[in-house]
Amino acid sequence: MIESRGTVVIAAERCKGCELCIPACPPKVLRMSGERNAIGAEVPELLAGCTGCGACLLVCPDFCFEIYRFETPQTHPGAGAAS
Amino acid sequence: MSDIIRTDRPPEAAARKTGEFMPTLQLSTDHDLCPGCGEPLALRTVLESIVDLGMSQQCVGVIGIGCYTALTSIMDVDLIQALHGRAPSVATGSKRMRPETLIFTLQGDGDMANEGLQEVIHTAARGESVTCILLNNGVFGETGGHMTATTVIGQRTKNSLDGRDAAYHGHPIDMIGLLAPLGGTAYAARGSVHDAAGVAKTRRMVRRAFEAQLRGDGFSIVEILTMCPTGWFIPTEEGPDYLDTVMGEIHVTGEWKRDGQLLQQAADPPEAD
Ligand SMILES: Cc1ncc(C[n+]2csc(CCOP(=O)(O)OP(=O)(O)O)c2C)c(N)n1
Ligand code: SF4
Ligand code: SF4
Ligand code: SF4
Ligand SMILES: [Mg+2]
Repeated sequence: MIESRGTVVIAAERCKGCELCIPACPPKVLRMSGERNAIGAEVPELLAGCTGCGACLLVCPDFCFEIYRFETPQTHPGAGAAS
Repeated sequence: MSDIIRTDRPPEAAARKTGEFMPTLQLSTDHDLCPGCGEPLALRTVLESIVDLGMSQQCVGVIGIGCYTALTSIMDVDLIQALHGRAPSVATGSKRMRPETLIFTLQGDGDMANEGLQEVIHTAARGESVTCILLNNGVFGETGGHMTATTVIGQRTKNSLDGRDAAYHGHPIDMIGLLAPLGGTAYAARGSVHDAAGVAKTRRMVRRAFEAQLRGDGFSIVEILTMCPTGWFIPTEEGPDYLDTVMGEIHVTGEWKRDGQLLQQAADPPEAD
């Protein structure tokens, strides 16, 4: 089981695909998705295990992240970032 | 198989929002700066510091000429557009007329260190209570990525394709090393937005610089190292590492002067904000 203490909303429509958020995420739960938005930029996706730390928000030049902390951590059956 | 978490809308489970898309003093998230540019990250540190200090309604920014000038269209702050390099002088006049107002400049390395170097030196030496924010990417970004006075030895720019060569191009100017020792300088620090911790530290530096100004201590400056992957001809994802290792090795980050006291060497600001 993987636990998420937090989560993010990603404004994928304005993402420019720079990938700065990927290494910035301490638990490594962001990765590039292979999906592209209307401007042709590849956008990130979120795996289970987000801590809500907000590092992605601080490094995104295009203001794509909104951060949430769960009242009760959410559990997921999958393997999260490890897979 | 790994779980992909939905991120196109707020979570359904009970949760507290702890981070907004953009600072409250921003009108929009929409800007035309390149993918991976460091300047919008620096903007965040400035806008959030203004709000932290409760100065949103009593603040004027004086803006230089460079890529960051385009960010003025999304800043919800009173602004004056200066001529290239002249922002410290416009800031001086503004502060003298409105001493209660928080006055800051937003300038690039080309703007501050090339086009108007004497302006900032005299403003610092006079001890004007204004805060200059220098966004240093080592290039004239907006006009195509040419070498500036802060470009480090070995750095590739449009007119130093094999890297800056001291014998041919001269040596870079360390702006904080130049301005910190001046008697009128109360606070001088250099941050870098190459990672999240760097952005957070930079924000504390900007806040301290503003606090020094509001106390009337004298001149304050925060240089912020920013990525310019376009000007450096590198992939966006390599920008932060290049900034930290190539530029950061010469333009060392940390606090150089605090409360008018020159520190022996650059010191990181304490964690407290
Ligand atoms: C007096 C004058 N000279 C030259 C220019 C052309 N110019 C516009 S932006 C710029 C480069 C600015 O570089 P920098 O301040 O480092 O900002 P960056 O674009 O790198 O963020 C130059 C030279 C101008 N606008 N005015
Ligand atoms: S909030 Fe932290 S853990 Fe969650 S995606 Fe962003 S950087 Fe990763
Ligand atoms: S940092 Fe922002 S713009 Fe860059 S890839 Fe991540 S979400 Fe997209
Ligand atoms: S040229 Fe450089 S400084 Fe200008 S917007 Fe692009 S990345 Fe940013
Ligand atoms: Mg520049």
